[in-house]
Amino acid sequence: MSVPGHLNFYIDPARCIGCQACVQACTECDTHKGISMIHLETIDRAHSTQTIPVVCMHCDSPTCAEVCPADAIKRTPDGVVQSARKPRCIACNNCVLACPFGVPKMKVEFELMMKCDMCYDRSSVGLKPMCASVCPSQALFFGTREEIEAARPQSAPIDRFQFGNQTITTKVKMMGPRSVAGARPEHLDVTAALDPNPPGRSISLGVLNGSR
Amino acid sequence: MPALSRETVRAGARGVAATLLVAALIAIGSRNLAHFDAALVGYTFATLFAVFGITYRYSMWLQRPPTALYWRRGWQAFFSRDRLLINLAAWPKRFVGVFALNNFIFRRSRSRWAAHWFIMWGCLLAAAITFPLVFGWIHFQTPADDFERYRVYVFGFPTSSFRIESMVGGLIFHGLVWASFLVIAGVMIAMRRRMRDRGAEAVQQFGEDFLPLILLFAVSITGLMLTASYTWMKGYAYDFLAIVHAACVIFTLLWLPFGKFFHVFQRPAQLGVSFYKDAGRAGEQTVCGNCAQPFASKVHVEDLIRVERELGYSYEMQGVDEDAVNHYQYICPRCRRLSMALAQGRLWQAGRGREATNRPGIVDVAAMMEAASAPATTTELT
Repeated sequence: MSVPGHLNFYIDPARCIGCQACVQACTECDTHKGISMIHLETIDRAHSTQTIPVVCMHCDSPTCAEVCPADAIKRTPDGVVQSARKPRCIACNNCVLACPFGVPKMKVEFELMMKCDMCYDRSSVGLKPMCASVCPSQALFFGTREEIEAARPQSAPIDRFQFGNQTITTKVKMMGPRSVAGARPEHLDVTAALDPNPPGRSISLGVLNGSR
Repeated sequence: MPALSRETVRAGARGVAATLLVAALIAIGSRNLAHFDAALVGYTFATLFAVFGITYRYSMWLQRPPTALYWRRGWQAFFSRDRLLINLAAWPKRFVGVFALNNFIFRRSRSRWAAHWFIMWGCLLAAAITFPLVFGWIHFQTPADDFERYRVYVFGFPTSSFRIESMVGGLIFHGLVWASFLVIAGVMIAMRRRMRDRGAEAVQQFGEDFLPLILLFAVSITGLMLTASYTWMKGYAYDFLAIVHAACVIFTLLWLPFGKFFHVFQRPAQLGVSFYKDAGRAGEQTVCGNCAQPFASKVHVEDLIRVERELGYSYEMQGVDEDAVNHYQYICPRCRRLSMALAQGRLWQAGRGREATNRPGIVDVAAMMEAASAPATTTELT
C-alpha cells in the first residue's frame, strides 16, 4: 500500500480558524491512537486570532531521519516520512530539535518520538488524512492538483522552503500567491520571516482586516 | 570493482576479530573441543556467522555521524567526574526498569508489553541455555560415587550438582520447554495485534514484522515437538524433527544481523542517551534566538549543529549584526512553526505588491479595542 501519486496534501495557514477539529480528528488515526500529532499554534492571542495547524511536511531529504543516531526514521517510497520505528527509537530528541518545521513530538513516558505520518492507514488507501477530512476552512486539504487549482485560482502550491542557506523540498505543499511581481514564487523563505523583535510575534495574515 | 570504503574495511576487520574471539572461546571453553557436541556443529557455524554479521552491522552503524557522536557523548556523560556517582546510583534502577521490566513499553500498551516481555525473556532464557551447551562451555557429568546425580561443569571447571530426578533437575533439563512456552505466548499476542490492528496493518512489512514472529514460533514449536517425540512417542520422527528444528534455528541465527532482531543490540544505546540527557539538563541551556525561552541543553544543540554539518546540511543564517543568531538550530521548535505562517504572510504581501513587513497583515486587536473604548474614538464613530 502507498499514497496514490495524484493525491497531494496542501496546507494554507492563512485559512486556519483555530477550531481544533484537526487536533481532535488526529487522535482518531489508527497509527497513533488517542494521541494528536498536530501542533495547533496560536500566534499571539492578545493581538490576533491567527492560528497555524502544523503537520509533517514530509521532506524529500528528511533532516530528522538523517540526524537519528538509531536509524529509526524511514521514508517510504511514496515520500511519506514515517513515525519513529518503535523497536529502534532511543528517545534522544535529535529529530525534535533538528526538524526545520518543528514537527516531531517526544513522548517522554513512552521513550518514543511520534510524528504525523499523514494518517498512513488512510492515505495509503487513497482516503483523506483525518485532519483534512474535518477541516472546515480547508486550511488542510488533501486532493488532486486540479481540485486545489479550481478552488483557489489566486493561489499556487509551493514545496521549496529556505532555512538560512539550506533549501528543503517537501511532499506536502504550502499555498502561496500565484504570482509575485509577475513571476511564480519559487520558494518560501522561512528564516527571512523570523521576527527580529521576539516579544511581538503578533500577526494575523490579513484574516481580520478583510484583505483575504 | 569499486574500492571498499574505510568504514567497510574497519567493520569487516572488527567482524573477523569478534568471530575469531568467539571461536577461540569455544576451543578454550570446551577444553579443546573435548566437550564439544559434534552433532551441533551446524549451530556453531551459524552462530559464528551471526557474530560476524552483528559485529559488522553494529560497527557500520556506529560509524554514522550522529551515532558516532552520541555513542561517545553517552560514555563521556556517564564517566564525567562530577556525575559519575549520580550515574552509578541511577544505573541499576534504569537497567531493571528499561531492560528487565520494559516499563516504557508497558506505558505504550499492555498487550504490546506482554508480547514483548514474554518473547524477550523466552529468548534470553533459551539463549542462556543453548549457546553455552552448543559451545561446550557447560556440560553435565555423573560423579563416580553417585549415579543419581549430575555435576555441572562450566568451562571445564566442576561446580554444583543436583539429583537427576529432583525438581531442580526437571526444571533445568526442561529449560528450553519453559522458554518456548514464553515465546509462543508472546508470539500469539503479537500476531493477534498484527492481524487485527489497522494502524499496524498500514505500516507492517513481511520481512520486518512477520518473519521474526514466524521464525520464533517455528523454533519453539519444533523444539516442543522434539520433547514430545522422545517423552511420549518413543522417539517417533525424531531425526526428521531434529533436522527441521536445526534448520529453523540456523535460519534465525543467520537472520539476526539483518532484520528486526538487530534492535536487541542497538537498544542499549537508550541507556547512554538517558545519561547524556541528564547531563544536558544539569548544564547550560540554549535560549531561543527568537523568543528568548530556553528549549534544550547547550551541548545538545551544539552537537546537533556539528552532526548537521557533517551530514552536509547548511542551516547557517546570515545575521544582520554580530549578535544575530547565526544558525537555525538556535531557533526553538515553536518559533519555527510560527515563522512558517509569518513567511506565508510575507509572501502574500509581496504578491499583492505591498511592502514586506516583519509582521505581515498585523491587526493589533488589543490596541483597536483600547482605541474603541477611548472617548476620542467614540466621537469619531458617531
